[in-house]
Amino acid sequence: MDLSLNPFSSGTRLRDMIRAIRASKTAAEERAVVRRECAAIRAAISDNDQDYRHRNMAKLMFIHMLGYPTHFGQMECLKLIAASGFPEKRIGYLGLTLLLDERQEVLMLVTNSLKQDLNHSNQFIVGLALCALGNICSAEMARDLAPEVERLLQTRDPNTKKKAALCSIRIVRKVPDLAENFMGSAASLLKEKHHGVLISVVQLCTELCKASREALEYLRKHSVEGLVRILRDVSNSSYAPEYDIAGITDPFLHIRVLRLMRTLGQGDADCSEHVNDILAQVATKTESNKNAGNAILYECVETIMGIEATSGLRVLAINILGRFLSNRDNNIRYVALNMLMKAMAVDTLAVQRHRVTILECVKDADVSIRKRALELVYLLVNDTNVKPLTKELVDYLEVSDDDFKEDLTAKICSIVEKFSQDKLWYLDQMFKVLTLTGNFVKDDVWHALIVLISNAPELQGYSVRSLYKALQASGTQESLVRVAVWCIGEYGEMLVNNISMLDVEEPITVTESDAVDALELALKRYSVDVTTRAMCLVALLKLSSRFPQTSKRIQAIVVQNKGNTVLELQQRSIEFNSIIQRHQSIKSSLLERMPVLDEASYLLKRAASSQATVSLTKSAPSAASGGSLKVPNGAVKPPPAPLADLLDLSSDDAPVTTSAPSTAPNDFLQDLLGIGLIDTSTAGGAPSASTDILMDLLSIGSYPVQNGLPATSNIGSPGQVTKHAPGTPQVIDLLDGLSPNVNAAYPSITAFQSATLKMTFNFKKQPGKPQETTMHASFTNLTSVTLTNFMFQAAVPKFIQLRLDPASSSTLPASGNGSITQSLSVTNNQHGQKPLAMRIRISYKVNGEDRLEQGQISNFPAGL
Amino acid sequence: MGIRFVLLVNKQGQTRLAQYYEHLSLDERRALEGEIVRKCLARTDQQCSFVEHRNYKVVYRRYASLFFLVGVDNDENELAILEFIHLLVETMDRHFGNVVSSNTPMIQYCEDTLT
Repeated sequence: MDLSLNPFSSGTRLRDMIRAIRASKTAAEERAVVRRECAAIRAAISDNDQDYRHRNMAKLMFIHMLGYPTHFGQMECLKLIAASGFPEKRIGYLGLTLLLDERQEVLMLVTNSLKQDLNHSNQFIVGLALCALGNICSAEMARDLAPEVERLLQTRDPNTKKKAALCSIRIVRKVPDLAENFMGSAASLLKEKHHGVLISVVQLCTELCKASREALEYLRKHSVEGLVRILRDVSNSSYAPEYDIAGITDPFLHIRVLRLMRTLGQGDADCSEHVNDILAQVATKTESNKNAGNAILYECVETIMGIEATSGLRVLAINILGRFLSNRDNNIRYVALNMLMKAMAVDTLAVQRHRVTILECVKDADVSIRKRALELVYLLVNDTNVKPLTKELVDYLEVSDDDFKEDLTAKICSIVEKFSQDKLWYLDQMFKVLTLTGNFVKDDVWHALIVLISNAPELQGYSVRSLYKALQASGTQESLVRVAVWCIGEYGEMLVNNISMLDVEEPITVTESDAVDALELALKRYSVDVTTRAMCLVALLKLSSRFPQTSKRIQAIVVQNKGNTVLELQQRSIEFNSIIQRHQSIKSSLLERMPVLDEASYLLKRAASSQATVSLTKSAPSAASGGSLKVPNGAVKPPPAPLADLLDLSSDDAPVTTSAPSTAPNDFLQDLLGIGLIDTSTAGGAPSASTDILMDLLSIGSYPVQNGLPATSNIGSPGQVTKHAPGTPQVIDLLDGLSPNVNAAYPSITAFQSATLKMTFNFKKQPGKPQETTMHASFTNLTSVTLTNFMFQAAVPKFIQLRLDPASSSTLPASGNGSITQSLSVTNNQHGQKPLAMRIRISYKVNGEDRLEQGQISNFPAGL
Repeated sequence: MGIRFVLLVNKQGQTRLAQYYEHLSLDERRALEGEIVRKCLARTDQQCSFVEHRNYKVVYRRYASLFFLVGVDNDENELAILEFIHLLVETMDRHFGNVVSSNTPMIQYCEDTLT
């Protein structure tokens, strides 16, 4: 370091600066050096220093390469280019290509200099200009200067020709329209002897073919023989010291010509015929003990696969690949795997022969090879070999490392799904995968699993038992926990009572409290996320209905979450708690088995939703939601808000618009609801339809767990698509079904509504006694103040007898947070002749004052 | 040509030479170099010389303490690129003597001509 000599003036030589930078021990030191240099250079630029300009530029280029900003030097480059000497021009052009890129407007200023230099008498300067142009020209420059370049293609100097050809490549790439201008010259240049020119020209031809169909056709006609000749000459030529690499003459030329042959021969039988022989010759003659030879063989095989080759040639190619595959060199194996994937399209049988070797490669130590092998295996799977292959893959899953696990899991899941003929096997594989790598399993995979389980009643017992066992063994995998929890909730009694055992199973003893234990454990584990916890809560709720003795305990567990900071969990626990406590009567019908999820339409919808746009959430289930409103549980419902409050469901009227993005899980949920509705022509008609919807609401609630009610909004939106503005008509239907076997024919009515409260009646008739009707009245408080001492009285005409049961309570909580229900039964002695009518009187206390409200109900449905 | 960039990197990961044939901003370049260099340097000698990164491949070869990395399109012949790297090294060797400490503009000029 020439510190004594004021090293940071523009007098510093490039070498010294490099040395100074290399000598810096820390990044800060290096930055300091660079900064000083840049300052000096900037000073020199503003001084318009002529002598050291090129040295400064050289330094600037080095600095740029290290990654520092150097835009202040751009104009200097132009000045250098405009200079007349070769050294200045050289640095100038070099700087141009390094410091600028084609998007800079400064480039336009250079066009004129370039034009002059292209016409220069000094070949080297012409060469410089061509180089620069070839590296950096933009579309306009290309158009401007194309004629010059074309002319230069015809000069005698091979170096210039070569550079002109390279430059033309870039021109054609930027402006494909100009391709036709270069066609002729390119084809004629194939007769050159100089390899440099040949390579560039071959490359130019390849580019031309890509750019324009016309050029492709032209070259097909005119250049194929030339190419064959070139290849023959170069592969038969004796030792040529200029071009020799590892005993082969100019492998690069070999490769380029082979590639051009591939482009020309693709899809063209004529052309392919011409090159068949030479391809065979190259494939057999080339030695494969050196990398150069292997490179040529690789290209040759690719070409054979790409054109319309004879079958003999194809067999030859696959043999070469087989040889590659067993080579010890990793590079060769990698390349072979790559090729085999393309060969699959041509000849699958031959590739199958190498299946074992490929499987070995999946377990290889090298990550690139593993990836390729896995993809290849995925392509190889067919119906016959799917079971052993999957077994291998799943075994490997256990020992593979984490970043590979994700890929492997995804592949295994899709293989299993595509090729499973046998449901039991599918379930087994999926359970294994879930146990091993559940965390990597994607959402729609385990959704599909659930759909399958619900569609296979004979396997449900087996599934729930296996999942229970898996859960006991290791409950850390998220997806496993979710699926297990769902199954235990749904099929709890199968678990406990060992229902529908398969032959291969051994009986296990699981008591009801064991099942609840498992769920509680899953709920409490600190590592589970919100969705899983939500699912646990639902499953607990279901169990409380299926195992009545555990109801108290479940309630205790559920209540613990009342104060949970996550709104979703809090809401659920409060709602569920209230269901368990107060709505014993509807609980069992509420928590009936989920309807069979329709697989076919689920798969269809899933395929469609993978190309979904946001609107799909609303439109996809339109078919479904059309069905949803056909559910015959009575037509228009009054505003649902107070009734929704009945079950402590959120009273948001406006559906949540922003949440519920159209990811696949949401679509599934929509579809689930929609499909659930379509398929319920079975048990119980309307009420079970409505209860199913609510069960969907409860069980697979909301995936993108936002605050509040994605669930209801999900239900809301299908409803939204068709008529009703209020979000939850189905929920109302549920409430109609408050008594276990509601009669669909008598829709519930809002009997009375005032500013403070609302009263709804639901009706039920006994089948053999048309005169008698049992009614359930429910009262909801519309104010924000609690009403106490609530009392309801009714009066009826003489021909009707009325009996009033005691009310559920006499306090009506505010804002619909609870409700009072009361049963009445009426007998209409003039049934069929006179309709039902009633006068009502309601008295309550609010804020210490007594109030009284009266009214008449005349909107009883006909036929009561 | 399907070559996107050529990088010369030493064992500590410092870039000695960087030639880009497509337009990347400075930040992108630095990020790219960081990622790729880390991947390549972490590989052992037994592993193959090709690394897949995003939508292109990186072919690398180690010569003493220098790593030569070439980024190419997915459809390039990798073995041919290996040969190319070797050719580059040999040419530079013959031209300059020891490749490491030399006049970089000359290198760039050479590379430009060769590629």
